[in-house]
Amino acid sequence: MKKTLGNILMGIVYFVLYLPLIVMVFFSFNSGRGTTVFKGFSLKWYAELFSNSDIMVPLRNTLLLAALAAVIATVIGTAAAVYIYYVKSKAWKNTLNTVTNIPMMNPDIVTGVSLMLLFVFVGRLIGAKNSLNFFTLLIAHITFNIPYVILNVLPKLNQTDPHLAEAAQDLGSTPTEAFFKVVLPSIMSGVTSGFMMAFTLSLDDFVISYYTTGATFQTLPLYVFNMVKKPVRPHIYALYSLIFLLVLAVLLFTNISGMKDNKKKKNKSK
Amino acid sequence: MKKRSLLQRLIGAPYVLWAAIFIVVPLFIVAYYTFTDADGGLTLENLKSLTEAEYRKSFRLSILYSLAATVISLVIAYPFAYVMSRKRERTQKIMMVLVMLPLWMSLLILTYSWMNILERNGLVNNLLTSLGVKRLNLIGTPGAVIFGMVYNYIPYMILPIYSVMSKIDPSVLEAAEDLGSGGVSKLYRIILPLSMPGVVSGITMVFVPSVSTFYISQKLGDGKILLIGDMIERQIQAQNNYNVGAALSLVLMVLIVLSMALMKLFAGETDDNLYV
Repeated sequence: MKKTLGNILMGIVYFVLYLPLIVMVFFSFNSGRGTTVFKGFSLKWYAELFSNSDIMVPLRNTLLLAALAAVIATVIGTAAAVYIYYVKSKAWKNTLNTVTNIPMMNPDIVTGVSLMLLFVFVGRLIGAKNSLNFFTLLIAHITFNIPYVILNVLPKLNQTDPHLAEAAQDLGSTPTEAFFKVVLPSIMSGVTSGFMMAFTLSLDDFVISYYTTGATFQTLPLYVFNMVKKPVRPHIYALYSLIFLLVLAVLLFTNISGMKDNKKKKNKSK
Repeated sequence: MKKRSLLQRLIGAPYVLWAAIFIVVPLFIVAYYTFTDADGGLTLENLKSLTEAEYRKSFRLSILYSLAATVISLVIAYPFAYVMSRKRERTQKIMMVLVMLPLWMSLLILTYSWMNILERNGLVNNLLTSLGVKRLNLIGTPGAVIFGMVYNYIPYMILPIYSVMSKIDPSVLEAAEDLGSGGVSKLYRIILPLSMPGVVSGITMVFVPSVSTFYISQKLGDGKILLIGDMIERQIQAQNNYNVGAALSLVLMVLIVLSMALMKLFAGETDDNLYV
């Protein structure tokens, strides 16, 4: 009885979670122009996707921005995590942790507005006509990405044996060599997951981008948001169906390779 | 202990600088815009204008709707996370990925899809008419907005609750049973207290984005329901009134900090490190 109730709850939750995804994929094959009446099966919106530069530009912008922001945030964030790990003063460490938490705790709209006001303020000081552009957007993305990189790297550092780096130095390597040859490889998994998280957060971000970008640089989420003033056309559903397929493939791939790793580990421990 | 190398000292400099300029200073800039007028003179007018009926209503609705969304999410997510944590390990993993998957997609596009489903000749209404029920105006109602909040943010409620529940040692539950605990007392005395840290972070992770949203209310509320986020958006993007926009953001921030402090008071001191 209890079990059936639990399974019914599961069924309903998953159905509601996936209903809009199903509707989206379904209408991406619509031969009609709208997204409410299904007129017949067609692949024309997928074909239009690749001939329509209207949507290719925001897509390219999004990828470029996310890649740049994630790389820069990963470098600064990893360095920051290593720094925070070695900081001795408790008060300074707490201050750093609190400040790092601010972008994660603040609602996106406040982060976006506060950064925008900073850019506008500085813009007025130096007398610039437009204070918002690609670079302000990039700065905003790096800013909200760094805390997530730190969040991923710091636990890995806490797991590493501090004597390892010391041993390397005793064996004659300089502190810099010890860092790159011993510490960095042992936290690499945290760095990678931090990078992936930063990249996907950047890809998806709408709210912060909405406040910090200029008129000339549009990302995909911004394009989608602005589009709905006109009726939605199925081509945007086609694009997101493809993205859904890609996400699914990546998830399957990482999970399968994760399972293989686990098997290997199990075999080794035998 | 070796002496700290130059690298270890300098390695933090970029971030310390970055955080000072782009995390700390912006907060002061928000305060600056709040307490000045368009010409830069000191004023309290921006904050005073927030007591106008229109703004008061948006604050009331934001708090009301996001509280409703948080409670509904908790009521659904809690048993969901519990059921999930009792499944086989592999099933748990797959179920978790399935909960996360919509988050990997753009929530914006899924909100659009909901517009399609709920609109006047959408899926739900077609189903209703085929059952002989009259068409309903679903878009533009408080229910649609609250539903949108729950849909968008419920994974953030399931995630932390599941993560604490899956770490409850089954032998603790068995021990409780051996000592005579039945289903209800097991729930109240063991599962509930042990899962409290997950509940607290789940509530925060649903309430904060709900209370500050603007696209959910804009799309599913059809522009008829104006929340704090909509007010901020209107001041900043449409009217270019940065000062009132800043005042709204500041009050929103204070509101969130206060409600978090209130919740900590309610939940007691929860030590996150112990279980998470």
